[in-house]
Amino acid sequence: MNGVHDMGGMEGLGPVEHEKNEPVFHHAWEGRALGLTLAMGAWKKWNIDASRHARELIPGPVYLRSSYYEKWLLALGEMMVQAGLVTREELESGKPAPGSIKADPPLKPDMVLGTLGKGTPYTREVADGPRFQVGDRVRTRNMHPHGHTRLPRYARGKEGVIHLHHGAHVFPDSSAHGRGENPTHLYSVRITGRELWGAEGGERDAVHLDLWEAYLEPA
Amino acid sequence: MSHDPNHSHGDHGHGEHSHGEHGHDHHEVPSDMALRTKALESLLVEKGLVDPAALDEIVDTYENKVGPRNGARVVARAWSDPAYREWLLRDGTAAIADMGFIHRQTEHMVVVENTPEVHNMVVCTLCSCYPWGVLGLPPVWYKSSPYRSRAVADPRGVLKEFGVELPPGKEIRVWDSTAEMRYLVLPERPAGTEGMREEELADLVSRDSMVGVALVNKP
Repeated sequence: MNGVHDMGGMEGLGPVEHEKNEPVFHHAWEGRALGLTLAMGAWKKWNIDASRHARELIPGPVYLRSSYYEKWLLALGEMMVQAGLVTREELESGKPAPGSIKADPPLKPDMVLGTLGKGTPYTREVADGPRFQVGDRVRTRNMHPHGHTRLPRYARGKEGVIHLHHGAHVFPDSSAHGRGENPTHLYSVRITGRELWGAEGGERDAVHLDLWEAYLEPA
Repeated sequence: MSHDPNHSHGDHGHGEHSHGEHGHDHHEVPSDMALRTKALESLLVEKGLVDPAALDEIVDTYENKVGPRNGARVVARAWSDPAYREWLLRDGTAAIADMGFIHRQTEHMVVVENTPEVHNMVVCTLCSCYPWGVLGLPPVWYKSSPYRSRAVADPRGVLKEFGVELPPGKEIRVWDSTAEMRYLVLPERPAGTEGMREEELADLVSRDSMVGVALVNKP
C-alpha cells in the first residue's frame, strides 16, 4: 500500500537527531511494549509480515506522530483483536470479559534467550531455479498493490543490475495476508542514484535493495 | 535541503503533549503511555496470555546481553584474521553464527566492507529493520522518519549531519533493508592500529560505524 510508512525519498520530515550515549530504552514502558509484542508473537497467530502490515495500516497522521513503540502497541492491539486473543471491549476497559478462561502463556521466562537466539529463518527450498543471474539488467515493476509489499515507491519502474542472489525467501506480499509463504527468489538489486533521483542523485552513488523476483522483469 | 527547526518531526513527537517541543521530546513521553502499557500488560497477564517474568527476561536481554559489542567483536576479528574476514564477506550468516550471535532479526546476514573506493551505509526505509543480534535494538535516529526518508536520496547530506564528509570521488552505497537480509558494515581499519589486540580493536568500533554513519578513528 502507498502509505506514509513508505518514506524513502521524502523531504520535510526534519533533521536527523543523533543522541549521544542513547539508552536502550528511554522509558520503562518501551521495554514492556517490546516484551509484550515479542511475548504475544509466541502465540503464532501472526507472522512478521502481518505485523509489519498492521503497523502500515495505522492511519498516516497517527503513524507520523507516534514513536516506534507506540506504533508497536497500536499494531499489537489490532492484531490481538483480529486473532481473537482479546476483544475490543477488553482492550478498552483493561479488564478481562466476565467468565473468560485464563490461558497458559506460551513464552516462559526460561525460553526467552533460546527463542530470541534461534530467530526465524526465512529461506526456503524451491524447485525452480532463479530467473536472473548476477549481472543481469532488470527493471522493477510499476506496481501499486493495496496490500503489503516490500518494493518501495521510490524504486518502482527503475532499471538496475542484479548484484547478489539470496536464494528463495518467504514472499511478504502473500505471507502478510495469510496467503501462504509462496517462497520466491530474492536478489540484491543495484540501482544508481541517477536512475532513482535524476540529476539530484549522486553521480557515483547507488542504492541496493532486496527485491523478490515477482517485483522484477528483464530490462 | 533545508530544515525548519520549528517543525515537529515524526517519530520523536508524541501528539498533543509535545506541541512546541523540539529535540529530545522522546524524554517527555506523556505518562499516559506508561499507564496505557501497564494497563495492557495487566490485562494480558490476567488473561494468561503473557508471563510478566518473560517480559523481564526480554528487557534484560536487550539492556544487558545483546548489543553493539557483539558486532564490534565481529569487526575486530575480521581485522585481525584475514581468513575470517574472507569468510565473513562471503557468508556473513555462517561467520557470525560462528561467534554465537545469530538472533532474532539476524537470521540472514550480509557484511559489506568499506574500502578507499566505497562507503556503505544501511537504512530501512519501509520500517526499521536492523541486525539485532550484532547491534542490539536500533537507536531512535535509525527508526526516525528523517533518517528513513533521506538516507536513500541524500546520503551525503545525512552523513554530513553525522559529521562524516567523504571525498566526492568515493561511491556511497546505501543498503535499503527491504527483506529479511540484515546488513553489517565492516568499517575500514584505521592506520596506527597495527599490533593492537582484538579486544582493544573492538573498543574502537562504534555502533554507528557498523551502520555506516561514522568512521572508525585511531585511538
